[in-house]
Amino acid sequence: MSSAPLLAVEHLTMRFGGLVAVDDISFEAADSKITGVIGPNGAGKTTVFNCLTGFYKPTVGRLTLNGARGRFLLEQMDGYRICQQAGVARTFQNIRLFAGMSVLENLIVAQHNRLMKASGYTVAGLIGLPGYRQAERAAVEKARDWLDRVGLTRMADWSAGNLPYGGQRRLEIARAMCTDPVLLCLDEPAAGLNARESAELNELLLSIRDTQKIGILLIEHDMSVVMKVCDHIVVLDYGRKIADGSPAQIRSDPNVIRAYLGEEEGAAESLVREALQ
Amino acid sequence: MTTATVGTIAAAPAAVNYRDFAKRAVIAGFVTLVLASLLVGIETVSTVNGLQVATRYRAVLCASLGVAIVYFLVEMLKAGRTLVPLLVGLAMIALFGVLEWAKLEGLPLGDQLPFNSWVVNWGVMLVPLSLVLRSLYLTFWAGGQGAVAAVGQRETGFTRFYLRYNKLFGALLILFAVGLPFMPFADRRLVDVATLVLTYIMLGWGLNIVVGLAGLLDLGYVAFYAVGAYSYSMFAVDAGLGFWAALPIAGALAASFGLILGFPVLRLRGDYLAIVTLGFGEMIRIILTNWWWFTGGPNGINNVPRPTFFGLVFERSAPPGKETFAQFFGLTYSPIQRVEFLYFVILVFALITNFFTLRIRRLPISRAWEALREDETACRALGINPRNTKLTAFGLGAMFAGFAGSFFAARQGFVSPESFVFLESAVILAIVVLGGLGTQIGIVLAALVLIGLPEFFRELQDYRMLAFGIGMVLIMIWRPGGLLAHRDPTIFLHHGKGKT
Repeated sequence: MSSAPLLAVEHLTMRFGGLVAVDDISFEAADSKITGVIGPNGAGKTTVFNCLTGFYKPTVGRLTLNGARGRFLLEQMDGYRICQQAGVARTFQNIRLFAGMSVLENLIVAQHNRLMKASGYTVAGLIGLPGYRQAERAAVEKARDWLDRVGLTRMADWSAGNLPYGGQRRLEIARAMCTDPVLLCLDEPAAGLNARESAELNELLLSIRDTQKIGILLIEHDMSVVMKVCDHIVVLDYGRKIADGSPAQIRSDPNVIRAYLGEEEGAAESLVREALQ
Repeated sequence: MTTATVGTIAAAPAAVNYRDFAKRAVIAGFVTLVLASLLVGIETVSTVNGLQVATRYRAVLCASLGVAIVYFLVEMLKAGRTLVPLLVGLAMIALFGVLEWAKLEGLPLGDQLPFNSWVVNWGVMLVPLSLVLRSLYLTFWAGGQGAVAAVGQRETGFTRFYLRYNKLFGALLILFAVGLPFMPFADRRLVDVATLVLTYIMLGWGLNIVVGLAGLLDLGYVAFYAVGAYSYSMFAVDAGLGFWAALPIAGALAASFGLILGFPVLRLRGDYLAIVTLGFGEMIRIILTNWWWFTGGPNGINNVPRPTFFGLVFERSAPPGKETFAQFFGLTYSPIQRVEFLYFVILVFALITNFFTLRIRRLPISRAWEALREDETACRALGINPRNTKLTAFGLGAMFAGFAGSFFAARQGFVSPESFVFLESAVILAIVVLGGLGTQIGIVLAALVLIGLPEFFRELQDYRMLAFGIGMVLIMIWRPGGLLAHRDPTIFLHHGKGKT
């Protein structure tokens, strides 16, 4: 690679008291690529995300982001600044929408910082200067654009909490995209989706990668999603990285198979191969 | 209770655990008995022989029995059983009717009415009446027994009716408020009470920014009210500033107190925030009492000047160098002019608060408040600065309390720490919650009910708290989410309302 990667995680370690949730992990995520982070339950995937997005301060490690907005050391930044300045957006394993607000409002809130500036930190907006109205119209257009892409335009004025489950998952992705991120972190976006919905999700992720040219970091258990969309996969187990490579490499990695099915090989191995195909 | 018999149709309502209801109803009745025997069971009566202690245990027994029965019936209504509550409610009303008739006829049976005051008797009858109406409503309009959910947060007829005529209703209300002092029935007392109600409406609208929009439960709101009142009084008495010159300073001071309180409580949520703000409110009151060299201590500050109308004073004779309102406009002096003027001042203040809130709701800051209320973690992940957003809410809410406080001081002409006790915070919060969090017109209704009615029902005396309790029970039955709990999105993609 000629230039630095979009995200470089170096020697990331996160300890909670005596528990080492993440132990000396290093990996990279490239621009315009989807990087999958997989591993059994409790492997430390979500902890990695929480470190990346400022919800945890890592015990040790360096997280460097080289995005369109410049170079940032994420481990030194305040929680909300990571999204505001560095441009890292995320979704949550258990969906966190603003359930009482409308679908459109969820997407407008995501554009808060730009609108706040346009409203002159509320003063100009209160007086009703035209600059703010223009900015708001642009924000609505952007929101409509994303609603079209996730197929929620018809339900734009519904309460977000009234959307069906799959719709809520897609809205959360759209909301994260409305912050104009350079890196999108998705925490199990396919959890609870049926086969058709996960196929739609695959397409959405690929289209975000190809049209927005941003990096996507994806935690997922659903192998049909991971193997189809990921350009690169990192496998964690018990807080350590056990494999790192293309989907094809991961599929045949004995360490991965052992992590998912235990030590015994043979019959179990072929079972897993089948599952991973 | 196991009633899962073979062959029940799927649509049959779920088994109702009557024993559980009865147990809880008996407990509720017992608690009422204990509380009521302590509070209203004994009264001092002044007789020719001086003060004597009399008991009124019939009232206590009636109250506890009534609470137990009504509790049971409300539980049944919640479970979707409407027939028994309907019949029992009708029976209670009928019994009451007979007793009332007997009293009118002068029969001995008439002495059996539960309470001594007719206001209380009639007020208590509202409970079975509302039970009857509610069960009729559930039976006929909400689809009968299947409509268990209707007791919850669904929008009922009243809210829907209101929403349809939203704008018209608001305009009529403003028109009525402007015309009120000129109505034939408007005497000085009415205008005075209306001024008081408007003060609380303004406070409610101000607190609504903090509690309703930003979701920060503030139990010490009266502190900012006090800061506004005292800062105006001090600037006026010590520095000789007029009302209109001191007003912005008082607002700014109150807002900065809001920020000072806001900083340490940024990390707290829910109950913890409520406790800290409660403590802050008490601190301010105690400081006002104890720093006597600065605030006048328990005696407060006297002779706070009244607001002027562009320099015209509302007095019988003008102080040197000033002119009175009556002289300037060639009117004969009457004290009601000042009362009406104060009424219009607070009306304008309250309307400004309202329009400010309506306007700011469409701005990103208010959307961020609401988003913070819904989910702070998600807000942080979207790059919203929670600290600044919360502090703005605290500061703006406090600013309006400061304005209202200045007005309060100017109206009374006197401030003392006694006016800023915790009960005031509780009343303002009750107005906001009862009105339905986040709605503007609901707060008006709640302020009318909580401030206006007690002023006109002073006859109730020690039954006022009982009436307050009955009011709460009624609202619990009818509108568990507040009088007008409704939230309209602040922006629409498809122009047109009516979708969920």
